[in-house]
Amino acid sequence: MEFWIIVTGALVATACGILGCFLVLRRMSLIGDAISHSVLPGIVIAFMMSGSRDSLAMLLGASVLGLVTVFLIQLFQQSGVQADASIGVVFTALFAVGVVLVSLNARQVDLDLDCVLFGEIAYVHWNTMSVFGIDGVPKAVWILGITLLAIFLVIGLFYKQFKLCAFDPAMALACGIPVALFHYLLMGLVSMTTVASFESVGAILVVGMLIVPAATAYLLTERLSIMILYSVLIGITCAVLGYYAAAWLDASIAGMMVTVAGLLFVVALIFSPSHGLLMRWVKRRRLVGVEA
Amino acid sequence: MNQRNRGSEVSPLTVEGLTVAYQKKPVLRNVSFEVPEGKLIGIIGPNGAGKSTMIKAILGLLPRVSGETEIYGRPYKEMRRKVGYVPQRESVDWDFPTNALDVVMMGRYGHLGWFKRPGAKEREIAMDCLRKVGMADYAHRQISQLSGGQQQRVFLARALAQNADLYFMDEPFVGVDAMTERAIITLLNELKAQGKTVLVVHHDLATVKEYFDWVMLLNVEMVAYGPTEDVFTKSLLHQTYGGRLAVFDHEDEAILVDSR
Ligand SMILES: Nc1ncnc2c1ncn2[C@@H]1O[C@H](COP(=O)(O)OP(=O)(O)O)[C@@H](O)[C@H]1O
Ligand SMILES: [Mg+2]
Repeated sequence: MEFWIIVTGALVATACGILGCFLVLRRMSLIGDAISHSVLPGIVIAFMMSGSRDSLAMLLGASVLGLVTVFLIQLFQQSGVQADASIGVVFTALFAVGVVLVSLNARQVDLDLDCVLFGEIAYVHWNTMSVFGIDGVPKAVWILGITLLAIFLVIGLFYKQFKLCAFDPAMALACGIPVALFHYLLMGLVSMTTVASFESVGAILVVGMLIVPAATAYLLTERLSIMILYSVLIGITCAVLGYYAAAWLDASIAGMMVTVAGLLFVVALIFSPSHGLLMRWVKRRRLVGVEA
Repeated sequence: MNQRNRGSEVSPLTVEGLTVAYQKKPVLRNVSFEVPEGKLIGIIGPNGAGKSTMIKAILGLLPRVSGETEIYGRPYKEMRRKVGYVPQRESVDWDFPTNALDVVMMGRYGHLGWFKRPGAKEREIAMDCLRKVGMADYAHRQISQLSGGQQQRVFLARALAQNADLYFMDEPFVGVDAMTERAIITLLNELKAQGKTVLVVHHDLATVKEYFDWVMLLNVEMVAYGPTEDVFTKSLLHQTYGGRLAVFDHEDEAILVDSR
């Protein structure tokens, strides 16, 4: 069982690690946060319509809502609402609708708000699904695997477009790259990942996995491709270390994974050769030494 | 390249009745002009005159209220590869994890189509362009570790990599050292010698006569446009800048200072 928990965590980390880099670089970390919350009504509606949790409908419903979120935020911004305000309004409102929907349907549906928010990675291996005659693989692993495949495919094929859109969207547009399309493609992938991950790490902690490893990797390198690699490796490290730390302390596994991510971020912040506090302090000391 | 257009008399850029507004009030009103081929053209006007806005609207980066633009007689969409763009330096995040060579290679993306990845050929072109702006030694330097002038030269190299015939440069001389300024103007003259057309947004009135063949004076509306000696006059400058202009006479030569 521990094997599947770690695999699930690593898949979440990989998917989030890749997308997180683009979010961090485009200064859209908050949009990841917004999407992860506002997909809740999508999940509940899809759940009510399909009547089961074993359904890809949930993945679809939530992805659609993720795109609706991004679209609404954009719309509000264009009509003059401040960026942070429009993000805040959209995601809290949609999340609230989700909470209401969950409470209204509490009797018919056993969708536990706690597990939506905090995940239940410890139980992933209970819920297996047989695909192509392969048995015994947890459903979460299948869904995360498919999501990850989609990410590899889309980012792999259009890496140069995503990079230019992140660095210089005006130039990208002038070159004829459909910037809006790639924006929504990225947001669609973020929504999909959020939903695929929500069952295992929950809607709140997925934001941690989206942002923290990517922000840590940002401190450690000066190449986008390496940043993505580091972000994934850091994420996987968090998944593994987090699992064992949680087992040792008998604490929440998903919580521990993100806690480890936070710790690694602090370590990077202090020791990073380029951005690190320590290096800055050393340099300042040297300057003072020269002047004295 | 571009023999067909060079032979014929098609203007690199014609703009007809261009009006652009962010909200209700136009920041660019009814601007029309035609650009002669193979000239360096300075776009001059006070802050907020709509210079950047005009370039962005021509490049399709902003919706326009009205107006037609043509590049070598065709819509911009069909002529993207003939156009190079150097945006204002502050328009991008220089902390982005990438190096100078990589940024210059981005100039090739428009030529690669949807799926082709930049490879050895693009790398070679990019190195060449870095060499032309005297930045070959900094190819692998992280862009945040470059000085303002060096960053501007990287942007210029990226535009060169686009291998265009018509260039738009938004304030390439702002915040650069004297050496970079000389490097840029040398490069502009090389481009001109190759028959390319360059429109440059420029702030330093003292160098306008020296740098540009033609001048456009812009302040929301077009104030004047034509060969520098006809247009770059005290009275027209006063008309463009209003009270914000101080004129000092200095050894018979009128030196104009934009007192922002
Ligand atoms: N994104 C924007 N939204 C609203 N107004 C803008 C925006 N960008 C520029 N403006 C306004 O449009 C006018 C022209 O701006 P700009 O083209 O940048 O001027 P210039 O480049 O000549 O200094 C200014 O008044 C500016 O405040
Ligand atoms: Mg400007």
